[in-house]
Amino acid sequence: MSERIVELEVLRFNPETDSEPRFQRYSVPCMNEWVVLDALNHVKEAIDPTLSYRWSCHMAVCGSCGMMINGEPKLACKAFLREYEGVIRVEPLAHFPIQRDLVTVIDDFVTKLKRVKPYLIPKEDKLVEAGEFKQSPAELKRYKQYTLCINCMLCYAACPEYGLVPKFIGPAAISLAHRYNEDSRDGGREERQQEIASNEGVWECSFVGACSEVCPEHVDPAGALQQVKIKSTVDWYQEHLLPGSKK
Amino acid sequence: MSAHGKPYVREVSRYGWFFRSPRYLRYMAREVTCVFIGLHALLLIVALMRLSDGREAWEGFLVNLTSPAGVVLQLLILAFAVYHSTSWFNVTPKAMPVLIGENFLPGAVIIGAHYAGWVVASVAVLFLAGVF
Repeated sequence: MSERIVELEVLRFNPETDSEPRFQRYSVPCMNEWVVLDALNHVKEAIDPTLSYRWSCHMAVCGSCGMMINGEPKLACKAFLREYEGVIRVEPLAHFPIQRDLVTVIDDFVTKLKRVKPYLIPKEDKLVEAGEFKQSPAELKRYKQYTLCINCMLCYAACPEYGLVPKFIGPAAISLAHRYNEDSRDGGREERQQEIASNEGVWECSFVGACSEVCPEHVDPAGALQQVKIKSTVDWYQEHLLPGSKK
Repeated sequence: MSAHGKPYVREVSRYGWFFRSPRYLRYMAREVTCVFIGLHALLLIVALMRLSDGREAWEGFLVNLTSPAGVVLQLLILAFAVYHSTSWFNVTPKAMPVLIGENFLPGAVIIGAHYAGWVVASVAVLFLAGVF
């Protein structure tokens, strides 16, 4: 249990008094096994109680503590201090407006998530007495990877397209739409296509691939988006070359 | 949006954003090298035009093509075209996952299939050109 002093440079912004953000330096006595979130908690408890940031589970499940650490989108609970040297710069997630300190305004993502209907829309209504909707292991495998998304929004902070074109629905929301489209029990693809196959959907993506590189759950949103592009292209050809054929 | 003051919006620069991270630079390298694919297409079109202009024009074109500048240009085009193509091959498993039974085909197999296709196509072109 060794201890060292870690220098944190944290972006601060108080919307009531500040016109723009500024960096504040904290010297934090840290244990070797601490993550950045532990250091922030120490600052909040022992140095500066006014520091604001979101966190909850401390185990990479809730997706609340996403922030830029030395310019990289990371979960603060998964960023071990021992992997950093020198001053560690902590900023709110890129591409989102800053509410206060490290807290961002995430309304845009939540609205987009709702638009893609990330829930099962059964193909047909079935009474509970009729039993469960069965699924084979292979059918589960098709989409399971995309169920691991924790809505942490690191992919939005990594995506240069989203930074430049904020109307882009973005990696996580489209990946979740793809997750339900690929589910054998689901019949909602037509509804979701109206959102994700539009100009604001997959066609805004130019396959930078940064979303997949920063994803803490290895969801591979970049893969999901390319697959949606291919399927949407097949739709287009079916519609124009084989009119009358059912998708 | 908030009862506690106006949120601060950080502007994203339209220019130079790709210098922020090596992964953005890798992306730009993949995208920009497509220019050399276009250059090669242009070279082929010029070759066809010279060919249609008659024997003299065609032979003049060949002289230019085999001059030091012509060779350097073609080597540059080849290097960047290979980089462009292989960088796309390497991301194909993401776009085209193949589920066999309950397992996805390993990415290396999908990438390998693209390289194999490339070799077959190259051999076919060389065969048509009378190299063998």
